[in-house]
Amino acid sequence: MASDKIYDKIHEQSPWQDITEGNKIFEAATSKDFCTGEWRTATPMWAVERCKQCLLCTPVCPDSSIPVTAGKREDFDYDHCKGCGICAKVCPFGAISMREGK
Amino acid sequence: MAVRERLSGNEAVAYAVKQINPDVMPAFPITPSTEIPQYVANYIANGEIDTEFIHVESEHSAMSATIGASAAGARAVTATSSCGMALMWEELYVAASNRLPIVLALVNRALSGPININADHSDSMGARDSGWIQIYAESNQEVYDNFIQAFPIAEDKRVHLPVMVCQDGFITSHGVENILLVEDDKVKQFVGEYEPEHYLLKETERMALGPYAVSNYYMETKRAQRQAMCSAREVILEVAARFEEMTGRKYSFFEEYQMEDAEYAVVIIGSAAGTCKAAVEEIRAATGKKVGLLKIRVFRPFPEEEIAKALSKVKSVAVMDRSEMFSATSGPLGAEVRAAMYQAHSTAEVVNYFYGLGGRDITVSDFKKVYDNLEMIAKTHVVTGMYEYIGLRSAQSEEV
Repeated sequence: MASDKIYDKIHEQSPWQDITEGNKIFEAATSKDFCTGEWRTATPMWAVERCKQCLLCTPVCPDSSIPVTAGKREDFDYDHCKGCGICAKVCPFGAISMREGK
Repeated sequence: MAVRERLSGNEAVAYAVKQINPDVMPAFPITPSTEIPQYVANYIANGEIDTEFIHVESEHSAMSATIGASAAGARAVTATSSCGMALMWEELYVAASNRLPIVLALVNRALSGPININADHSDSMGARDSGWIQIYAESNQEVYDNFIQAFPIAEDKRVHLPVMVCQDGFITSHGVENILLVEDDKVKQFVGEYEPEHYLLKETERMALGPYAVSNYYMETKRAQRQAMCSAREVILEVAARFEEMTGRKYSFFEEYQMEDAEYAVVIIGSAAGTCKAAVEEIRAATGKKVGLLKIRVFRPFPEEEIAKALSKVKSVAVMDRSEMFSATSGPLGAEVRAAMYQAHSTAEVVNYFYGLGGRDITVSDFKKVYDNLEMIAKTHVVTGMYEYIGLRSAQSEEV
């Protein structure tokens, strides 16, 4: 399927002639398109029944991996969560626990 | 009409900066290049130009700020010497791989240690693999002319590489010579307005620069950089032709001096070429021996085919290196000239000399000895070693 995404034009099979000059990337926020959650070695688990929706966890996440819709948090974005554990630390209600591994 | 003046090499570069009026100049003082930012700062303080001068805390920051300014879309320049450029090392490579058309006025000075403030080429020769174009000068006139030509070379779409405009510390940087200055309007017209296509402050385009390139991309990126260096060859010649139209002064990759019928040739970079020319004239006048000189102007991109061709008819060649690289074979220029000649199946004998390290003098009579040696080598086909020294004190006489 045709796409105007930079990684569809330049990828790991691209010949050197197709590399942009100075590796310039003519797009913003491309980090969203890469599943950097693969790096994770510990995983936050959300216990919905304990969650009071206080939303203290969302702003402390360094990777914006706790999506909020209509004023309520949803489950983690595991494509980008690095498992740092700050959310678990900040939760006053024990609604987030860290599990070893991905 | 060109303006007749007498200027030091540093004054000449600063004057060219004034004529070009670049957008940004971050710089940090270091001997012997200090005067360049000093004079430019004066021009700015006097309201003669509106260049944004950035007072930085080190050369690492000077090159970082130059890169930032250039990436943002500014025409950015800086100046440094020796250890100052060594402190820029990391950023030199970044400037080149980011393909930023920065112009750096380098006043060549020996690298520490031992600490020394005089001319040799160890600073720029150390940076020869950084991806910068390197242009060298014999005289103040050449420094000025090269500096002006550096902008259209760097900024050409086929190139987009940073350019290092090199001159010998104190010898040309502080030595005052007669010089012909190009009129302001002609210089401005020659370099033109800087209008980059892609830059970080462009309102209509989103762009990121200098991303992490994993092993799947690094090699292809370097190959693309090499292509820009290859393309620089034709651009350097085109710009030189345009400069000759404007001034009548002719430039190329190198200057061939009395090379038409030469049997014995010296290959050299920088100000000592002037001393060698005097030796060539004296030898030809006194003995009629066919001696010549090939003075390298452009070391990166290295014009290997052209050099091999220019040396194709000589019997013996002395390649003169003004920096040490502790190779078992030779100095940096020696190694590259030898490689070029080998590839061209040259049968000429080659000897490599180290001279002038840390500002050691080299004289006309030194060059006469070099030419004597070349004549002997051509006859005997015996080259005593891969390299020799000029002006070195040694307890073993055969070393000198």
